[in-house]
Amino acid sequence: MRALGIILAGGNSGRMQELSDKRAIAAMPVGGSYRAIDFALSNMSNSHVQKVAVLTQYNSRSLNEHLSSSKWWDFGRKQGGLFVFPPTITNDNGFWYRGTADAIAQNLTFLRNSHEPYVVIASGDCVYKLDYNKVLEYHIEKKADITVVTKEVQDTEELNRFGIVETAEDNRIVNFQEKPLTPSGNMISTGIYVIRRRQLIELMERALQEECFDFVKDILIRYKDVKQIYAYKMDTYWRNIASVNSYYRTNMDFLNKDIRNYFYKEYPDIYSKIDDLPPAKYNPGAVVKNSLISSGCIINGVVENSVLFKKIFVGNNCTIKNCIILNDVHIGDNTYLENCIIESRDTIRPNSRYVGEEGKVKIVVQKDDRYSFG
Amino acid sequence: MIAMLLAGGQGSRLGVLTSSIAKPAVAFGGKYRIIDFPLSNCINSGVDTVGVLTQYQPLRLNTHIGIGIPWDLDRNVGGVSILPPYEKSKNSEWYTGTANAIYQNMKYMEYYNPEYVLILGGDHIYKMDYESMLDFHKQKKADVTLATIPVPIEEASRFGVAITDADKRILEFEEKPPQPRSNLASMGIYIFTWKVLKEALITLSDQEGCDFGKHVIPYCHEKGNRIYAYEYNGYWKDVGTLQSYWESNMELIDLIPEFNLYEEFWKIYTKSEVIPPQYISEHSVIERAIIGEGAEIYGKVYNSVIGPGVVISENCVVRDSIIMKGTVIGENSTVNKAIIAENCYIGTNCELGVFDEVPNSWRPDIYNNGMVTIGENSIIPDRVKIGKNTAISGGTTIDDYPRGVLASGENIIKAGDRV
Repeated sequence: MRALGIILAGGNSGRMQELSDKRAIAAMPVGGSYRAIDFALSNMSNSHVQKVAVLTQYNSRSLNEHLSSSKWWDFGRKQGGLFVFPPTITNDNGFWYRGTADAIAQNLTFLRNSHEPYVVIASGDCVYKLDYNKVLEYHIEKKADITVVTKEVQDTEELNRFGIVETAEDNRIVNFQEKPLTPSGNMISTGIYVIRRRQLIELMERALQEECFDFVKDILIRYKDVKQIYAYKMDTYWRNIASVNSYYRTNMDFLNKDIRNYFYKEYPDIYSKIDDLPPAKYNPGAVVKNSLISSGCIINGVVENSVLFKKIFVGNNCTIKNCIILNDVHIGDNTYLENCIIESRDTIRPNSRYVGEEGKVKIVVQKDDRYSFG
Repeated sequence: MIAMLLAGGQGSRLGVLTSSIAKPAVAFGGKYRIIDFPLSNCINSGVDTVGVLTQYQPLRLNTHIGIGIPWDLDRNVGGVSILPPYEKSKNSEWYTGTANAIYQNMKYMEYYNPEYVLILGGDHIYKMDYESMLDFHKQKKADVTLATIPVPIEEASRFGVAITDADKRILEFEEKPPQPRSNLASMGIYIFTWKVLKEALITLSDQEGCDFGKHVIPYCHEKGNRIYAYEYNGYWKDVGTLQSYWESNMELIDLIPEFNLYEEFWKIYTKSEVIPPQYISEHSVIERAIIGEGAEIYGKVYNSVIGPGVVISENCVVRDSIIMKGTVIGENSTVNKAIIAENCYIGTNCELGVFDEVPNSWRPDIYNNGMVTIGENSIIPDRVKIGKNTAISGGTTIDDYPRGVLASGENIIKAGDRV
């Protein structure tokens, strides 16, 4: 491939509430067996992008743990590979990443030392499959300076989280509003961009000089009349998970057969770190309906319309409805959970009851000592 | 210490399950293959140089092991090496016996020049710390140490039995004695001091079908080498017959299984090809089962071990069965006490494991206990009834089933090496 990849994975959002207390959004578990960043990484790998930089900043412990080896995404190569770049103090810079553009600008050396003519920029908090080669071909065909991958969203509730794009007939972007209060359309930017490497270096050098730090505001919006910025309209599944509601709904989407098959069974595969957990075990008393169960789970109770991530223990006589239970959770006997997201490594005491509302799920963070009760 | 893992055997008592793969490559426990157990034991015991000797149908083994990534056996020095028989300028031969196979790989061992060599088989399910066996070997200043396990005295005549003194030094070794004088059965796991092994293998190099139990151990004993019995007291299960294979799979389903895969300590590693979670539908029923990644369950599953990526369609009933990776069971089919190998397709409205039991007409010693055994990549057409003690291998069509029936005790073998 003629491009290198940059994945922006430093972000945190207040919209994630307690869920982002202990990890960057890119490290959020998704779809039972994956982490959010697996989708961007697998897309890079499947598009034969051989060299990928992951820019991290906000609480990256969990993300670093996930990326501790690059082999799972086939980046363990002599040519290219996976690079993780947190902000660092240097002779001429003592700042954190002050924005998306600044994050790239602070890693200009990586861009300058590469030889690939193009750069694919993606964010680590979106769930989708995309062949970046198609975007690149389109980019070249349109003789674009920047190509922005866009998506028409039906769910207008959260439009104000995104950049809204308006295009001319030839798909050139003529208007771009960032997080508008009154959105003028439902075509949003997915945060996936293709740009020539030299062009990006030039823009970033100038942004540094002018102390501009945001890729959307200071590059896309500022340059939209000067540069040829085109929209590549994506029509397959794409979700951003950076709010509790969309995170919940995206996980629940995997209970839908078409979406499940699209990600789990259709080519190309999504890769993730392998955990070597045993098969899920169903003991007497287990009743499971319309749910996803991951490896290492032991089920003794009732589970309905839920997504159980890896290594969940469900005690006797439990009822779990419409829940998302993150990795390594122990649920004591006689517990009732409904419309909840249970944070990873939680221990829920026996006889507990947590009930959220439909459309307003409850996040449960409960760190009891796991082995102190029988 | 380096390990030599003997994985060349066919395991003919597993019938059609091993018609196109070697026994160590047979799937086990809803996710694993039999060889994962000794390989994981090696890395967990700190043994990071392993030669895997292959011979019979090695393709699946080779692709499974690769460069050893799942077991962290991809090393700069050592790691896993696959050792098939090879052509020599004269006397090219297959591996004719366990010790002969090791002898033919003398160069591999000489290259690493270890102090000790661990000899392993690839056909048991167990978790064992080879390092504590090595400690025992060193402490006793032994030349050879045999791993042994106490078995009920009435079963001891099925094994090689070691008779020891109070210090665990072996005084006598009896192969399958009618009147066993000890209940310490050999597990087929040996630690040799390298010099002793090398000398014995060279001396016995002309021995036809040279075997550890039959030739090397008696030779060392006669020579007066210090041979000790290390006693192992954990779970150790032979999966050499269809019945024992079925039983040890079923034991994993117990509420608290004797062989526990869910402990953090001593993990078993395998090559995971399927990552997604499993989907359990609205109308499914699952009672006592273990199910691998990416499986989809729409029907009913009772008391079974289901592999990764298996699809159990609507209105199916699967009972007391082992279904391996990638197999699809069509709608409205019933499966009773069957072992169905990888990537099979069972049609719709089929009934497996019905009718009265009749001994198998071809190999009653292999196909018994009322089981239906189906080899990998087999196809069963829609609407057939298949009796008990039957074996099927290959893509069968409705013409293979007179009046849509395969009677109990009958076989259809259309693919793979005929066992």
